[in-house]
Amino acid sequence: MKNLLIATVAAVVLAACGSAVKLDNVGVEDRTGKATLAETQPVSKVQSVVASADASQSNLDAMSASNRVIYFDFDSFAIRAEFQAVLETHARLLKSDKTKKISIDGHTDDRGGREYNLSLGQKRSEAVRKTLALLGVSENQMEAVSFGKEKPAVVGSTEVAMEKNRRAEINYR
Amino acid sequence: MIEAKRLLKAHNFSPPFCSFFDAMFYFLPNFSKLKALIIGALWMGVLASASAQFRVEVSGQGLTQMPITVSAFRGNESITQKIAVIVMADLERSGQFRSVDAFGSAVDENSQPDPSAWRKKGIDAFVAGSVTRISEDRYDVRFRLWDAVRGQDLGGQSHVVAGADLRHVAHKIADTVYEKLTGEKGVFSTRIAYVSKSGPTYNLWVADADGEGAQSALRSAEPIISPSWAPAGNQLAYVSFESRKPVVYVHDVDSGKRRLVANFKGSNSAPSWSPDGRTLALTLSRDGGSQLYLMDAMSPSAEPRRLAASSAIDTEPTFTADGRTVYFVSDRGGSPQIYKVPVSGGNAERVTFTGTYNISPALSLDGKWLAYISRVNGAYKLHVMDLTSGTVNVITDTTADENPSFSPNSRQLIYATQQQGKEALMTTTLDGRIKARLAGQSGDIREPDWGPLKR
Repeated sequence: MKNLLIATVAAVVLAACGSAVKLDNVGVEDRTGKATLAETQPVSKVQSVVASADASQSNLDAMSASNRVIYFDFDSFAIRAEFQAVLETHARLLKSDKTKKISIDGHTDDRGGREYNLSLGQKRSEAVRKTLALLGVSENQMEAVSFGKEKPAVVGSTEVAMEKNRRAEINYR
Repeated sequence: MIEAKRLLKAHNFSPPFCSFFDAMFYFLPNFSKLKALIIGALWMGVLASASAQFRVEVSGQGLTQMPITVSAFRGNESITQKIAVIVMADLERSGQFRSVDAFGSAVDENSQPDPSAWRKKGIDAFVAGSVTRISEDRYDVRFRLWDAVRGQDLGGQSHVVAGADLRHVAHKIADTVYEKLTGEKGVFSTRIAYVSKSGPTYNLWVADADGEGAQSALRSAEPIISPSWAPAGNQLAYVSFESRKPVVYVHDVDSGKRRLVANFKGSNSAPSWSPDGRTLALTLSRDGGSQLYLMDAMSPSAEPRRLAASSAIDTEPTFTADGRTVYFVSDRGGSPQIYKVPVSGGNAERVTFTGTYNISPALSLDGKWLAYISRVNGAYKLHVMDLTSGTVNVITDTTADENPSFSPNSRQLIYATQQQGKEALMTTTLDGRIKARLAGQSGDIREPDWGPLKR
């Protein structure tokens, strides 16, 4: 292991002391992107690169945002701790762009009456709405509604199906 | 995809309706109240004389069924609607009649009664009639009703109608027979509304009370729930998800025109009419949580008025027949229970105390009964409470009952349930003894609401 490390360091040192071609090769490995762009692209493009550095943050957000579904325990409206980060991501996104609007759609499993389930789903969507509001999202950007048991994610009355159906979905308009 | 339709209207029978039994009144000017009074008086006389045999005996929760024969109508083979079959099915569904097979040679409304044959069969009443095609698409449907015990003619009627209305005529005949023999209004010619889900398509249907003759009032790719008949029988309020959220429409079933009555921020649901048709009670979440509101059904731009306020779920409002009280569901006590509150405001009073899940209250027009769904050992079952005594009866052996609605004569209930893995509609007597599965659309059928006597 130690020998291998020494050999590698030696190789790097040797490479650094080698020909221009090899130097360039090392350079490619280490510094591509930024260096090349900084040197070759006009200023505006540089800004666009900076912007896209932010965008990559927002891509990250978008990736989490594909995580738009908050699941609930049976007969519960409490946001489970595991979904706090997801909601924080959505809150960040909504606060960074006040023109964005979301619908929060509450859903239930298929047990019981349609109207009562509509109200239960409403309680779930409002739990999400309130959490987002506490994270600083404007009420004007959110509408909490419910589909009750009308739109199951998974059809069926198995425990697995019901777990997938007790949910609130965040939908960007 | 959303498609609102106007319904083909069944003919109004008022002028075409004629009664050869009551022929003497036929010459009176259209003085319907006087006519009704005279006919009523005449029938009261008939009923009084027949009451010893014809009164439906009610003892406790049980009741006896009157044996009756409805003979095949003469000439009936020529048309598709088997009048006698429809009449008998109606009478049997009511729970108050038992069919005794037709017997003897062909009879019609002009036949001379043979009381000895009736006595042998042990029937209490006998119906016979005829269908005569009088022109391209006009039929004369006549019938007569006999007291089979006394061999007494109880009168007959004639309806001249188009072929499309023959089924409706059969229901009218069943109504007449039912009323003459029980003294109560028949509900067989009323309409019901329900929703079907077939694949991705939802349809709101308006059908005869036996589920037949359904016409689609609305077709949508998104769910439709909670249809509710206006007391005048001309409009349906319902919840549609066509705009990706629940909003409430009022739909004129004859014209197919509809208007959006509640599309506030959040969810809008559970519409229910006051008995005078002027007010809609409904559930809105616009101020946070599911809460009850009253809206002027005439000028829907008027601001909704809050009926009750709680930090819990309040939903499924339904008016008492006198319009003074609203029953509803609330989980303010920790589990969903039925409560009632004066329309003028005030404190809510709890109505159900047994069990931890009581929802979907329905009230009979006679003010005597409350039907609701209660969860018992994980099964959702239709219950009926006698509002005078507070006694409650479970009246089904199914496990996924939903959404009961009373017939306008307070004698039957329609509700949704699951049978062989499919959602189906059932009618039942209030004691649960006589149940019938309604014919209807393929796919799942649900969300029934029984319309008023007016149609």
